[in-house]
Amino acid sequence: MGTVESNVGLTSVKQKLKKEQRQLFFKRLISNKLMVTGGMTILFLMIVTLIGPFLVSHDPYEMVVQDRLQAPSAEHLLGTDEFGRDLLSRIIHGSKVTMGVGFSVAAITSLLGMIIGLYASYYRFLDHILMRICDGLMSIPAILLGIALMAALGPNTKNVIIALSIVFTPHVARVIRSAAIVVREQTYIEAMKAQGASTWRIIWGHMMPNTISPLVVQATFIFADAIITEAALSFLGAGVPAPDPSWGNILYDGKLVIFNAWWMTVFPGIMIVLSVLGLNLLGDGLRDLIDPHTNQGKK
Amino acid sequence: MFNYIIKRILSLIPVLFIVSIAIFLLIHITPGDPASIILGIDASQEQIDELRQQLGLDLPVYEQYIRWILGVFQGDFGTSYFSNEPVTTSIIEHLKPTISLAILAQIITIIIAIPLGIAAANRRGTVADQSIMGVSLLGMSIPSFLLGLFLILFFGVKLGWLPVAGYQPLEAGFFTHLKYLIMPAISLGAIQAALVARMTRTSMLEVLNTNYIKTAQAKGVKNRSIVYKHALRNAFLPILTVIGQTFGILIAGAVVTETIFNIPGIGQLIINSVERRDYAVIQGVVLFVTLSYVFINLVIDLLYGLIDPRVRLDND
Repeated sequence: MGTVESNVGLTSVKQKLKKEQRQLFFKRLISNKLMVTGGMTILFLMIVTLIGPFLVSHDPYEMVVQDRLQAPSAEHLLGTDEFGRDLLSRIIHGSKVTMGVGFSVAAITSLLGMIIGLYASYYRFLDHILMRICDGLMSIPAILLGIALMAALGPNTKNVIIALSIVFTPHVARVIRSAAIVVREQTYIEAMKAQGASTWRIIWGHMMPNTISPLVVQATFIFADAIITEAALSFLGAGVPAPDPSWGNILYDGKLVIFNAWWMTVFPGIMIVLSVLGLNLLGDGLRDLIDPHTNQGKK
Repeated sequence: MFNYIIKRILSLIPVLFIVSIAIFLLIHITPGDPASIILGIDASQEQIDELRQQLGLDLPVYEQYIRWILGVFQGDFGTSYFSNEPVTTSIIEHLKPTISLAILAQIITIIIAIPLGIAAANRRGTVADQSIMGVSLLGMSIPSFLLGLFLILFFGVKLGWLPVAGYQPLEAGFFTHLKYLIMPAISLGAIQAALVARMTRTSMLEVLNTNYIKTAQAKGVKNRSIVYKHALRNAFLPILTVIGQTFGILIAGAVVTETIFNIPGIGQLIINSVERRDYAVIQGVVLFVTLSYVFINLVIDLLYGLIDPRVRLDND
């Protein structure tokens, strides 16, 4: 009798579990759908960035005075700017600059932030110094620090990458540190120390892999932030200098002719929104996948 | 409470020290000599040396820092290379439009975000909730300067309802003032609203799931009363923090927004200085804005401790 009863209990528990799993799967699917959309958007923009420049028929620098400020047409799909340059090819070449800056900043800050975060979490004395520096840099509003650095370094694309890397590295370092500190307190790390494992091996072989997932999430958001900040800096004239196209300085040109040429504001604007939205969706989705806890409050 | 205040203020000292060093060093990472950059390529070596001496650039770096920071303590943020005017005077001149803009934007944020956040939490999982969250996600992906440009394009250029740029002080009449500030304020405030609405929703949901709310529901308290009287009060602390933090972001974001709408605020001051390579003003303004930002967050933290005894007890 006893076995039968427990069997019945087990089946109902199993059924309940299955139902819960189904619900969980469904929930994940919804959040994944957004993530997949975001990922596809970014993939699409990456493809445009990489092969687009070879496909456009117009030179982004070629000025044709009689074609200036033309509305979108079959010849110029997105219209032309005040120098008669083709807007479509400027936006596509601009994506190389803007996405390139975003990607480089995400990569550089990931590397630097990881080194700083890992060593800060391992050595107490370094922790105090490095984290105070991070706190200090993070309390200067990003756009202001970016402007000040660009003013000091001088406006060119390489300096935009340097400036934004300085601005965003502390954000990564903080995230890596808090993830690594949890690992450092684990028994197996203590065991490794007792065995005489080298610091290098503990940090890079055992602590580092545990920080990869939060790093990927953070890097995605920094990619988005870097795109916004680059656009803002170039829009203010403190970023990528003319005549190189970036979404930000196309917007700057567009602002000057906003009464005559809506297309110069709308199209680069849409590109910025698409890329940032895509990255935000991707980042949100990745975060939910990695840490289901954050899901509960939001969903 | 007193201990908490002291502790909180003391914890700021290292941060402010780092901030001041970082901002001070900015001028020293400049490739080349600031004096020769200011004077241009035609300047003679004598002129450059004279200017270097005048600016104190011939002193050792640490002495320059000490001189600068002692000045800051006395409210002297340096002297503009360009106009020879004290930076503090320029900041004060440009402060009013920025504060007006930030306050108006903050009001817009609160008016939009908190009711929407509460509504979303109240209708959790429904189409209304999902639409509100969807719009807020979109809002978080539009940089405020872009929204500003779109607003200009639509309300300024297409409909011609609002002036596309410019600024009128409060003395010109409240409605004139508002007419010029409303578009920049919306472009700043609406973006922040996306963040605050999300926070409000999360915070409300957390409180609505607690046992005392369930007890109230079981007792038959009206839903309206539960939401506004019981839940909102307790959910308000994290919301307050986010609002405080966004106030800092608003002031920084105003830099770009002011440039778009041609408002003579702090943002325009710094952008003009970048064009003139007036490092003294850049340093002064960045330091000033950062100090205000840190100070606002301090006040919010202290308020937090005042409202919620748990915060200060944890820290004592």
